[in-house]
Amino acid sequence: MIDVSKLTIESAHEHLMKGDFTAVELTQAYLDIIAKKDSEIKAYREVFADALDQAKVADEIIKSGKATLLTGIPFAMKDNILIEGRIAGASSKILENYKASYDATVTAKLKKAGAVFLGRTNMDEFAMGSSTENSAYGATKNPIDPSRVPGGSSGGSAAAVAMNGALAALGTDTGGSIRQPASFCGTVGLKPTYGALSRHGLIAMGSSLDQPGPITKTVRDSEIIFEALKGKDRYDSTSMDSPFKNVPSKEKLIIGVPDFKRDGLDKDVLENFDVILKKLEGEGHILQKISLPNIDYSLAVYYILMPAEVSSNLARFDGVKYGAHASGKDLLDDYVLTRGQFFGKEVRRRIILGTYVLSTGYYDAYYGKARATQDLLKHDFSEAFKKVDVIATPTSPMPAFKAGEKTSDPLSMYLADIFTVTANLVGVPAISVPCGTADREGAKLPLGFQIMAPHFREDLLFQLGKVVEAVR
Amino acid sequence: MITTEDIQKLAELSRINIAPEEQESLRLQIDSILGYIDQIKKASLVSGEVSKSTLAADDIRNVMREDSEPHMSSEFTEKILSAAPAREGNYLKVKKIL
Repeated sequence: MIDVSKLTIESAHEHLMKGDFTAVELTQAYLDIIAKKDSEIKAYREVFADALDQAKVADEIIKSGKATLLTGIPFAMKDNILIEGRIAGASSKILENYKASYDATVTAKLKKAGAVFLGRTNMDEFAMGSSTENSAYGATKNPIDPSRVPGGSSGGSAAAVAMNGALAALGTDTGGSIRQPASFCGTVGLKPTYGALSRHGLIAMGSSLDQPGPITKTVRDSEIIFEALKGKDRYDSTSMDSPFKNVPSKEKLIIGVPDFKRDGLDKDVLENFDVILKKLEGEGHILQKISLPNIDYSLAVYYILMPAEVSSNLARFDGVKYGAHASGKDLLDDYVLTRGQFFGKEVRRRIILGTYVLSTGYYDAYYGKARATQDLLKHDFSEAFKKVDVIATPTSPMPAFKAGEKTSDPLSMYLADIFTVTANLVGVPAISVPCGTADREGAKLPLGFQIMAPHFREDLLFQLGKVVEAVR
Repeated sequence: MITTEDIQKLAELSRINIAPEEQESLRLQIDSILGYIDQIKKASLVSGEVSKSTLAADDIRNVMREDSEPHMSSEFTEKILSAAPAREGNYLKVKKIL
């Protein structure tokens, strides 16, 4: 029996190389856990029937001496990342049974490295949500406390890793959709610099904000996957290689702590955040209070720009080219019925909101103003990074909330993104690292520590993230 | 304050059928979200004073490529058309437009 709870990518790799177990045995160990736990947790939308065949191919690669760190490593993939020939549904009825006609670039890179895809994971429909309750196929539960949500929108990916139903997972992050579920489930979540990873083959939500990224058990695992997936891609013109060839290494970092509003935040979240800061100071890092004058506008800016991009990105779902189709009296009626019937509530809400902020008479007051304020935010961050190496905040204003607690009030759900949206608006990389727990009704709910760094300085996130892991 | 007529108009523009019984709850939700994002109006923009971000990925640049390497004619046709809900030969099939 393989004890997968102790494995990291590197330790699994060593075992595979030494022949302690094969990739087939490793994959089987994860499939056994999925079979045992996933009927309750519902992290997966589909477990791939050929996972063991993929593992056999990985074993061949290992035998041939051409293995990389990721060869034979079992991954879970979010349902909005294309894998050729497999269903990619974004947990939406409008894409039910849609089979991807090509590989996403991140998929192709993992395939080339010999990774094994265990299955595709549940998510909020089209990645719109913070609890995975907006899936058209039922909610995922938090493996730490099944009465609570796993966060979202990559809740299935975070839950899969947290329940040891995958060694690592990929998610996507438009406003916190990797970091917030990672935080709720006690895993590490990385949103890379905008453009560091290719978006080719992701089902788009907000194209100027979206990034794919890893959800893992350790910061080192996150780093390994980031290194394997990053880089310019001819199929995504916004992707780029890091402009930094040799970044200067620095043992002690200056950590910027913004003066965010503390009222209304969970007491345990704040206490834990302060304790971790103190411990980092104890390790010789320097804390510095910083001011980000426009930070309080972040969430408002996000909930204007993102729906605007949603309304245009989702215009492609018309029941003609692919996906579900409802038949009406004429072509226009086909569109209207298809979109009305197969888009879920939150998706319809965001399309309507996006249409509103872009419409004549409101464009300047909303979209125009939000774009200008986004520039102010970028300016705030570039000024701050002249003084500090990284910026730290909690990942989420609260630990995992109860299932159903926020489903009837969309605005209260949106407020869960308050700390995470800024990194997407500014394009900077951000990581959430588990940093302690809050006791709730006998359950120890994980908390997350968020670190942000300047563009293409993921190295700083990994450096400080490993310190957080060591001192927490 | 957004009205039910506004919601109907937006639904029409978005080409989404919204059932009559859903319009009022959607109106209330959109109204409460707009109430929150309205704070953006207080953000002070003094034109000309904002210096540019110096962050690395913020350089605005055109991305061009040579118009070359065409793929073989019909190389992807079957793969793409096989996803369509309705087709006739190598065409997508839709209802009569004119």
